[in-house]
Amino acid sequence: MFGGFNPAPGEGESMILALAVVSVLGLAFAAPWLVRRAGNGAGWILAILPAAVTLYLISLLPLAAEGQPAAFSIPWSPELGLFFSFRADGLGLLFALLISGVGTLVVIYAGGYLRGNPDLEKFYAWLLVFMGSMLGLALAENMLLLFMFWELTSISSYMLIGFEHERETARAAAQQAFLITAGGGLVLLAGLLLLGQAGGTLEFSTLLKQDDVIRASPFYLPAVVLILLAAFTKSAQFPFHFWLPNAMEAPTPVSTYLHSATMVKAGVYLLARLGPALNGTDLWLYGVGGIGAATMLLGGYLALQQTDLKRLLAYSTVSALGMLTLLIGLGSPHALQAAVVLLLAHGLYKGALFLVAGALDHETGTRDIMQLGGLFPVMKLTAIGAGLAALSMAGLPPLFGFISKEMSYEVALEFGPWITGAVIFAGLSFVFVAGVTGMGPFWGERKQTTRSPHETPPSMWAGILILATLSLLFGIFPAIISAPLISPAASAAIGEPTDLTLALWHGVNPAFLLSIATVAVGTGLFAARQPLRSGLLRLVWPWGPSFLYDRALGAFNVLARELTRLFQSGYLRYYIMTLMVVATGLVGFTLFTRDGWDFPRGVTDIRFYEVALGALILAAALVATIVQSRLAAVASLGVVGYGVSLIYILYGAPDLAMTQFLIESLTVILFVLAFYHLPQFTQLSSRRSRVRDIGIALLAGGLMTALVLSATGVLFYPSISDYFVENALPLGHGRNIVNVILVDFRAFDTMGEITVLGIAAIGVYVLLKLSAASKSDKTGDAE
Amino acid sequence: MTSLILRTTARYLTPLLLLFSVFLFWRGHNQPGGGFAGGLVAAVPFALFSIAFGAAEARRILHVETHVLIATGLLTALVSGVLSLFAGDPFLTSRWGSLRLPGFPAVDVGTPVLFDLGVYLVVIGVTLSIIFALEETE
Repeated sequence: MFGGFNPAPGEGESMILALAVVSVLGLAFAAPWLVRRAGNGAGWILAILPAAVTLYLISLLPLAAEGQPAAFSIPWSPELGLFFSFRADGLGLLFALLISGVGTLVVIYAGGYLRGNPDLEKFYAWLLVFMGSMLGLALAENMLLLFMFWELTSISSYMLIGFEHERETARAAAQQAFLITAGGGLVLLAGLLLLGQAGGTLEFSTLLKQDDVIRASPFYLPAVVLILLAAFTKSAQFPFHFWLPNAMEAPTPVSTYLHSATMVKAGVYLLARLGPALNGTDLWLYGVGGIGAATMLLGGYLALQQTDLKRLLAYSTVSALGMLTLLIGLGSPHALQAAVVLLLAHGLYKGALFLVAGALDHETGTRDIMQLGGLFPVMKLTAIGAGLAALSMAGLPPLFGFISKEMSYEVALEFGPWITGAVIFAGLSFVFVAGVTGMGPFWGERKQTTRSPHETPPSMWAGILILATLSLLFGIFPAIISAPLISPAASAAIGEPTDLTLALWHGVNPAFLLSIATVAVGTGLFAARQPLRSGLLRLVWPWGPSFLYDRALGAFNVLARELTRLFQSGYLRYYIMTLMVVATGLVGFTLFTRDGWDFPRGVTDIRFYEVALGALILAAALVATIVQSRLAAVASLGVVGYGVSLIYILYGAPDLAMTQFLIESLTVILFVLAFYHLPQFTQLSSRRSRVRDIGIALLAGGLMTALVLSATGVLFYPSISDYFVENALPLGHGRNIVNVILVDFRAFDTMGEITVLGIAAIGVYVLLKLSAASKSDKTGDAE
Repeated sequence: MTSLILRTTARYLTPLLLLFSVFLFWRGHNQPGGGFAGGLVAAVPFALFSIAFGAAEARRILHVETHVLIATGLLTALVSGVLSLFAGDPFLTSRWGSLRLPGFPAVDVGTPVLFDLGVYLVVIGVTLSIIFALEETE
């Protein structure tokens, strides 16, 4: 259905682009070995590759700025529209640079933070799997490829959140994040496929040119709804926001990387990526913008109540993600430019603040802001980094966060007072959180902590200072990124070339005045943080989505347990009974409602020996059910089998007859062997259950008879037997048609059958050996 | 189960039944027989042996683990199907040739024969695996 697509000609084919993604995934497999060899220095060594990838991606920026992005494509499964294709346009590069850049720092940082952790090998392996998948997600050009990487990030995120799997809370948080994001992933697949149907291709760059066709397509509505659901789950938008704060159970490097800088932005990235093809409708404006605004307000509000450093940052991240979503939903060129700038600014300052939270936790043993204070003298470098990041988050000049906030305010003012009010509220919350997390722990009165803190090792302060310095550098000299990085990214999000010049100083305008007011009021809130928090805590609302999630999960478990108890009794007789009743019911229903009964009428030409044989088989079958001896029952069953073989011979099927004879004989052997282990024959079942069994047996047998009789009267297609008869010798080189069918014409079926046979044999073997082992365990008999 | 008659019969029947199974397998493409029936017949002498002398003795004269037989059979069938892939044909497309031995009439040999051999091995392996396991469960 998407088979006609070929990559657009003229774009530079860059094998290294694909290699950049694959090599990081490959390094994940080498990581355990490297960690074992290099010990505590492993972080520095493992960071070499991400650093190299970062440099390589920077070298691709000029291509993207010229509108000729590096690309790579080889067919994977072209019939499905699946290509292994990557494309490094502005938006993809911006996101990929965040991933590889912050990733490099986090890899180094984790070496210090998790020093001596026995599971460090596993940690690095999963962290690199995540990094590779995330890079793939950012650079994927094919939507199915993007989906695969999307799900890979969910899986690796599950492993990373649950890294400290001895703690139940960590396991629960990992499960919650996984169920929500992977569930969103499933929805995403459906949405992307619908979108592909609407646009006729699964490649982003071609698809985005079909925007008018897509908006007019009947698939537009379902596709957008599904894709939005996926993006909202991944980017922790209301009402799925609650998994993100809970995911703070992860080690801090993971929170920094996955839950502030990269993974949670994947949903936002997808929205920005698809915006050019999907935005401009009311659904987009109110769906994306509305949810974004709600999330922004909710996250900003909930952040005010928190006392745990990481949860504070997490709620404020939810708020920032909401703001990004809001800007993308508004969809104007200005809004998209602001979104791109916020994406970068937030990644820099929030990443740094998370690393600071980890450093504080590492040195003092607590993340509670009530117990932290006055640490500047002992942790000067960390404090400087934290201060710079906090100033950027609060939106103060000359930091990059100031530029970002000015742009957001300008956009908000364009869209009227409601949006402006909401954005200002989020801005206030940002100032508050920046103060509490970046300033509070380092200034004021020194408080006693369980550990005596000192400066973190270089592996840890390096990341904090680099990210903080970048915030400062980009703030003072925005020109170094505006033309090569921000403009191409904004162009990709808008869908047409745009030239954006960032400047620190915009003059005194309404946005600037609002900015000053925000900082002033926010600082006031920060100063009054104690009474504010205790006031807000009285307003906690217990019936939120998190509560509903817990209830739903609990109900689901109960349902699963009850279903299992109902259907998995562990008794063979009930399984057989269920199979028989269900099959008889369904087949009977279909036959009855579709008028499938068609008995052959006026059958003549019945010979006496056929009648005799039939009577013999019936009599033997009856005897098998009533005799009081197992051996007699088996013998009568044997008579039934041999009788059927005789019928085969009468109607000219010696092959079948012979196989039937052999099977009957072997069955008798098997039965004899099995009887050897059985207790004496006794009548255990009650009269009632025997009557029930008779009923089921009669129903199943009667239906089967009716089915066979009806089947003889139905001929849908010309029989294929003639083909087999004619071609067995010329094509199959055999005169035994049955065998030719088995091993040649229908060999694939036979292949499946012998595989099933093999599996069944292993199953029987295991069952017998297991029951023997458990028996000898019970009797304490060591054989 | 020790019975002199069964033991003696098992000894004498074993070579005959094995020969018969090869015969069934070989003629199967033109007359009644084939890998499935042949495999069942080949399993019978070992089953008899297992009843007469015990599973350990039957395993000893079989020389091969039953699970290995199953795996080898499945692999043989798979290989017979994969061969056609190298010629660019779909999986399991049959390929035939003619085998001429001096003093014998020419025989058509093709990948389906290999496939049938796979079926033959799987059937022996499955049957004996179950029978031995039953016999060994005391």
